[in-house]
Amino acid sequence: MKEAVHIGRNPSAQPDLQKLIHEVALGDQDSFAAVYDAVAGSVLGVARAVLRDQAQSEEVAQEVLVEVWRTAPRYRPERGTVVNWILTLAHRRAVDRVRSVEAAAARDHRAALLDRTPEYDEVTEQVETRLEREQVRRCLRTLTEIQRQSVTLAYYRGLTYRQVAEALALPLGTVKTRLRDGLIRLRDCLGVSA
Amino acid sequence: MRTEDLHSLTGAYALHALADDERAAFEHHLADCGSCERESLEFAAATARLGLAATESPGPVLKDRVLHRITTVRQVPPGGGTVERARRVVPRGRGLARWALAACVAAAVGLGGTAVWQYERAQDAGDRAARAQQRAEELAGVLAAPDAASRTVRLTGGASGTLVVSERRDRAVFLASGMAEPAQGRVYQLWFDDHGTMRPAGLMDPGRGSQAVLMEGDVDEAVGVGITVEPAGGSKQPTTTPIALMNMPV
Repeated sequence: MKEAVHIGRNPSAQPDLQKLIHEVALGDQDSFAAVYDAVAGSVLGVARAVLRDQAQSEEVAQEVLVEVWRTAPRYRPERGTVVNWILTLAHRRAVDRVRSVEAAAARDHRAALLDRTPEYDEVTEQVETRLEREQVRRCLRTLTEIQRQSVTLAYYRGLTYRQVAEALALPLGTVKTRLRDGLIRLRDCLGVSA
Repeated sequence: MRTEDLHSLTGAYALHALADDERAAFEHHLADCGSCERESLEFAAATARLGLAATESPGPVLKDRVLHRITTVRQVPPGGGTVERARRVVPRGRGLARWALAACVAAAVGLGGTAVWQYERAQDAGDRAARAQQRAEELAGVLAAPDAASRTVRLTGGASGTLVVSERRDRAVFLASGMAEPAQGRVYQLWFDDHGTMRPAGLMDPGRGSQAVLMEGDVDEAVGVGITVEPAGGSKQPTTTPIALMNMPV
């Protein structure tokens, strides 16, 4: 199965990550370097979006990428693409880190929470990234305001849905359903499948 | 929690926005709910796109570090659960303990919002989570111990360090504030001074000037604590002149 890392590029120019990860699983370090090239920027980007701090983001990115090497033999294609697997791991690790003590102390501020928006407008040299961003941004606009804020706070800031509810002054049940409804719209707009 | 409530958690689950107990309950539910599982995987695909939209250009240093690192990391055998699954059974830190810890650190040294971070070299994710949690609790325990004694020293460059020791717990915590970042590939290493013999007591996070470190090992008969600059990964014995030596607080 071919897997597009970024949209907007000729898919045949993309490395076949599934094949590469299979080789990585057999201990092939060159294949790992190719996987690294394909995903490292996104892994770092996820960590940076959630953690902000450059040094911590790089630590988490390094940890995640080494984990990809370590656990490649257990990657299961039926549970999603290689990129999904790796970015899910990256987000989980970044969230774990942000919920550590330091973060808990520093983020006790609704204003601070709301201030931490993802930097969509950061200058990027990569056309495919821009296109990816453009599509994600366009699809995020199809969400209701509350859905969009809830999904954004949870994903890009690593908040629990309870924290999201606090930040937006909404009932817990509302946030739960908005997160789900928001992801349904996002999934449908992006046309992704598992 | 009722089943319909659990089903509505697919979104929060995919966004890693559940508390530990809810996550555990949801995963239990997932095992018997094909449609939830399907939806969760689709949501994971959607959130991955949120991640791709945040793509940055990593510097060459990260690549060097990662490619170097994997040469020493053994891969898991195939089969068994995924790492994500393995991690799920490990409880993450309890909220209360963490808050208590944050409060202790802030109160103890006035470093509000300071990093509490432990250098982690362990490779097993599950063990690491459990151990990190245990260390965080021990660290909080030392700071909050009724018999905790502390000593603060000035370090070079306007930095300061506070050593907190609980004799009853036989553990020590080093709180650093404003320490300069060590040179690339170097790290601050802590030592117990056993009457002139330096015993390794853990590494500090090279990326953070302010941090709280639970020192590795018992205080035992140590009469003081030292800090040296060592190659990344640390040394068995100090290889440089200590940048600080301090006596145990009385």
